[in-house]
Amino acid sequence: MNALPGATPPAPPLAILLELTHRCPLACPYCSNPLRLVGMRQELATEDWLRVLDQAAELGILQVHFSGGEPSLRKDLPQLIAHARERGLYSNLITSGVALDRARLAALVEAGLDHVQLSIQDSEAEGADRIAHYRDSHRKKLAFAGWVSELGLPLTLNAVVHRHNAGRVPAMIELALELGAGRLEVAHTQYYGWGLKNRAALMPTRAQLDLATAAVQEARERLRGRLVIDYVTPDYYARRPKACMGGWAQRFLNVTPEGKVLPCHAAETIPGMRFDSVRERSLADIWQHSEAFLRYRGTDWMPAPCRGCERREIDWGGCRCQALALSGSADRVDPVCELSPDHEAVQQLAMREAAEPAPPFVYRSIKGA
Amino acid sequence: MSALAGSAVPRLLPGMRLRRDLVRDQWVLLAPERVIELDDIAYEVVSRIDGVRSVDALVDILAAEFDADRAQVAADVLDLLDDLVAKRVLGA
Ligand code: SF4
Ligand code: SF4
Repeated sequence: MNALPGATPPAPPLAILLELTHRCPLACPYCSNPLRLVGMRQELATEDWLRVLDQAAELGILQVHFSGGEPSLRKDLPQLIAHARERGLYSNLITSGVALDRARLAALVEAGLDHVQLSIQDSEAEGADRIAHYRDSHRKKLAFAGWVSELGLPLTLNAVVHRHNAGRVPAMIELALELGAGRLEVAHTQYYGWGLKNRAALMPTRAQLDLATAAVQEARERLRGRLVIDYVTPDYYARRPKACMGGWAQRFLNVTPEGKVLPCHAAETIPGMRFDSVRERSLADIWQHSEAFLRYRGTDWMPAPCRGCERREIDWGGCRCQALALSGSADRVDPVCELSPDHEAVQQLAMREAAEPAPPFVYRSIKGA
Repeated sequence: MSALAGSAVPRLLPGMRLRRDLVRDQWVLLAPERVIELDDIAYEVVSRIDGVRSVDALVDILAAEFDADRAQVAADVLDLLDDLVAKRVLGA
């Protein structure tokens, strides 16, 4: 467990995201799960997750996100939440809201759940149910949001934005207020996995993007102290990349349903990378020594122009998975950056795709894409 | 924008947890999808918020306890509280 001579051990991570299962009743075409979903039989056992929670608390993690798939499909969720609470971890449930009734939600609150993040697919039922590929999903979500507030939990709404709903960002903001949410995440689609597969069906135009951005800015000012709005900008139209996950292996861990530990949920798309499992190694050991975490941690791996750039510890060279998806290599500068030789081509591609009629969705499915 | 009135009564909103972070040896406020690290002064302020004391009362207590200039304490406390209201950690 000792660090290499001379190497300072990394600061402990703040948060961990547990993908308890990839099972989900919905089939969003931008799902962040990988194209090859993990089946139920490969999922970790309850005792594995309990051990992960213990190790997370010992490592200095403060917040645990129970995610999926749909995490409430795991029957042991109340037990896991109770254990997180015992260990002082702040627990967040990231849910589609369609698989829990009021009594089961109340049991999670009873167990010590701190916060709920509910996804919405649109501000109105027709568009929402089309994205979710699930009849009546929107109405169920609205009912679920009501229960969260009645049970006294803080609520965040998460809305993924794309060419079919970008014009309704103001309506999403109104919906968040109506439902009593204290936070709203307006997140432009991230093009990895299923989102990448459906990129042409989802890519907004520049004009759509600018309207959405203006709506968020106006509402932030107007609703200060009532609604916090986090805005995830669309990479393809940007000039500088974001610090993906706060920097590779800087603050965050992701555990897949079968127990692989990733620096980010999309990291499995990078070929030739080996991921360690919580079945074999401890979280602390993985955080400090896993090959996948060391590979792009810090700035030593960086090519020019990141290497000498003043932003290298601000955006950490952007996203490795995006560099892979757009330039063919995870070792290159994120092409979202204007200083990347591939940047021009990326903007052209976004504009071209957004101008074409939208192709049909490839819905997320266990059969793969 | 809106600075808090001295008579306003701040309270922690539901879902906030103040806790000692033993690994980093500091106080933190755990909030929905964010961790707010509190320095010693911020901790002294936040730990006295009980949903009963007004901003003025908080300033009085802190100025007396630390034997500090009241106007300076008031300015610092208001800055902090205003920021925490905007982040929806506090209601007032
Ligand atoms: S060159 Fe690299 S470090 Fe600099 S802004 Fe671009 S991506 Fe970030
Ligand atoms: S940088 Fe890559 S690995 Fe990190 S979050 Fe982004 S997509 Fe995932």
